Amino acid sequence: MLELDFTTRNVLLGASLLGVVGGVMGCYAFLRRQSLLGDALAHAALPGVCLGFLLTSSKEPLPLFVGALAAGLAGALAILAIVRWSRLKEDTAIGMVLSVFFGVGIVLLTHIQKLPLGNQSGLDKFLFGQAATLMPRDLEVMSLLAAFVLGTVALFYKELKILCFDRDYGASLGFPMRWLEILLTLLLVTVVVVGLQTVGVILIVATLVMPAAAARQWTSRLGPMLFLAAVFGAASGAGGALLSARIAQLPTGPVIVLLASAVLVVSLLVAPGRGIVWSWLQHRSLVRRILRENLLRDLWKVGEASRDWSVRVPWAELQGMRGLSAREARRVGAWLYRDALVEPREEGLRLTSGGELAARALVRKHRLWELYLTRQLELAADHVHRDADAMEHTLSEEAVEILDEKLGRPRFDPHGQPIPRPETPLDELAGSTA
Amino acid sequence: MTPEPVLPIRPLADPESDREPALEIHDLTVAYHTQPVLWDIDLTLPEGQLIAIVGPNGAGKSTLLKAVLGLIKPVTGWVKICGASYRRRRSWVAYVPQRESVDWDFPTSALDVVLMGLYGNLGWFRRPKAAHREKALDCLDKVGIRDLADRQISQLSGGQQQRVFLARALAQDARIYFMDEPFAGVDVTTERAILALLQDLRATGRTVIAVHHDLQTVAEYFDHVVLLNMRLVASGPVQETFTDENLQRTYGGRLTVLTQATEDLLKARAQDPSLQHRGGRSPG
Repeated sequence: MLELDFTTRNVLLGASLLGVVGGVMGCYAFLRRQSLLGDALAHAALPGVCLGFLLTSSKEPLPLFVGALAAGLAGALAILAIVRWSRLKEDTAIGMVLSVFFGVGIVLLTHIQKLPLGNQSGLDKFLFGQAATLMPRDLEVMSLLAAFVLGTVALFYKELKILCFDRDYGASLGFPMRWLEILLTLLLVTVVVVGLQTVGVILIVATLVMPAAAARQWTSRLGPMLFLAAVFGAASGAGGALLSARIAQLPTGPVIVLLASAVLVVSLLVAPGRGIVWSWLQHRSLVRRILRENLLRDLWKVGEASRDWSVRVPWAELQGMRGLSAREARRVGAWLYRDALVEPREEGLRLTSGGELAARALVRKHRLWELYLTRQLELAADHVHRDADAMEHTLSEEAVEILDEKLGRPRFDPHGQPIPRPETPLDELAGSTA
Repeated sequence: MTPEPVLPIRPLADPESDREPALEIHDLTVAYHTQPVLWDIDLTLPEGQLIAIVGPNGAGKSTLLKAVLGLIKPVTGWVKICGASYRRRRSWVAYVPQRESVDWDFPTSALDVVLMGLYGNLGWFRRPKAAHREKALDCLDKVGIRDLADRQISQLSGGQQQRVFLARALAQDARIYFMDEPFAGVDVTTERAILALLQDLRATGRTVIAVHHDLQTVAEYFDHVVLLNMRLVASGPVQETFTDENLQRTYGGRLTVLTQATEDLLKARAQDPSLQHRGGRSPG
């Protein structure tokens, strides 16, 4: 059992809260391609915190939060205004607001450090976060803000969805898209404020971007994506809190960010359908299938030439047909053997009866496709072999049936070779090949 | 080859404003920053017809639709839909944006996109229910892809994506449909299905105003044509308006290629009678 002391409990709660709201709002930033906007808003919040302190001379959470909220919103509006009224594009506007606001924040922070107040130490925790200083009062404010964010998303779920997917269409339905955009920005700023003490303004963008990007890897529906991002965010938050409590000198915020990035990397690698490893496996299995099917068809054609499909084909001959190395040929042969399509015979292979049928189907596809290309697309017969080589691996049984019917159940391909049918007995096949 | 009727689309109930034109545009000028895109457009379009908006790239065709729908604020001028402002007629209007205007990798399903057509009726905060889902499925059925309802939208072909957009507009059960290039980049089967759908809409008294890029099919598919190149060049029934002279005025020097293409089409059609089955109207 984990025994949590007072500080660890606070940090755990704060970091998990941040993870949930950061994950959810990160999805919207991610889908609108506005992850960098989140970063700018976070940096823009710093001067607000400083002003909040200067005006009230206290470190009570509420004035600091209000200051951050106001400054973040001002930053967002500045970006909107720059894009609207000048010829600068959004990326430039974001860069400007981020650096100018942050610069002002640092100037104010330096100024505050020199004031003879005595209680100003610790304001710099908003730069990188210092979760250990979280107090129950901070948590109360953070919970309220988080509830506001989640409640608003739940309330405006369908409106925000249409804003992200098809803004113009939403406007044509009569929804005030500009106000929804402002609402979304307000929610993003709120997340920044929730994360101020735990992660700090510099790294907060990570809690927005990474859980959302990771969640997208695993699902293709918005609802589950929001949920997963919240789970990933909360897990990285909680993990970071516990790790930094266990190991001395480990800063909470950066550890949270590192954990979130680990989740993202794993998701990018292994998520089914979108992961890198997954597509690599897909690719490899396709390459393997092509190798197997080529070898099968080669065996069948040797049989066709000698009118005996149970003939032994020596390894050397098999290698020669496709320029395979001895090792490659034996590897592919082993796959076919495992599926009982071939059996080894005195330094060579022969087709089993199952292998003969499978190979015959491939030859059939190849030759039907060649005929289709020459007849329908009027390609010359000597141009179609390579294309048919590719199609024999991808045509479905259904497509073959349609082709066969369309072409009038043909008996010969454009090169005059027979198109074998699956039901023809072997001796008859040998006769027609003659 | 005649496509099957795709619908039962409900006939329009006959509201009082029947004598009003579907769309009335007065002195409309639109500019992006300081760059004018549309100049002094005056345009009146009748109800119950298939209407094509035609013009070269950059002529302001999409902009015209967006200005009508209030998505872009015009510099001057006003727009009336069935005799009233867009704001008042919103529920009579459905919009089909260009397919490329959205990110098809968005995490959502075909059914979900069609449900968006009902958001306007639902209003704020309310979520779609089983009955709405049924209706959305019916609309997918009308465009022939009910079986793809649960498919992630990036897994659909271009033609299927266009059908999803049309189904979403059908779900709005509107009276006037504004479509931005509904035939762009779709396969032959989809093109035929969309045309049949438009004809069904017309048969039930609805109006379709579509930006159209393919000059060869304008005369076949549409009743009325609007020729646009920043200014209004001509607007009227296809037989009288879609003439070489007007096209020349719309496209300027670029027309030689187009005349050639049209001639090629006519020639092909003379040789192959099956091509004539599609539209019904022969070009003027």
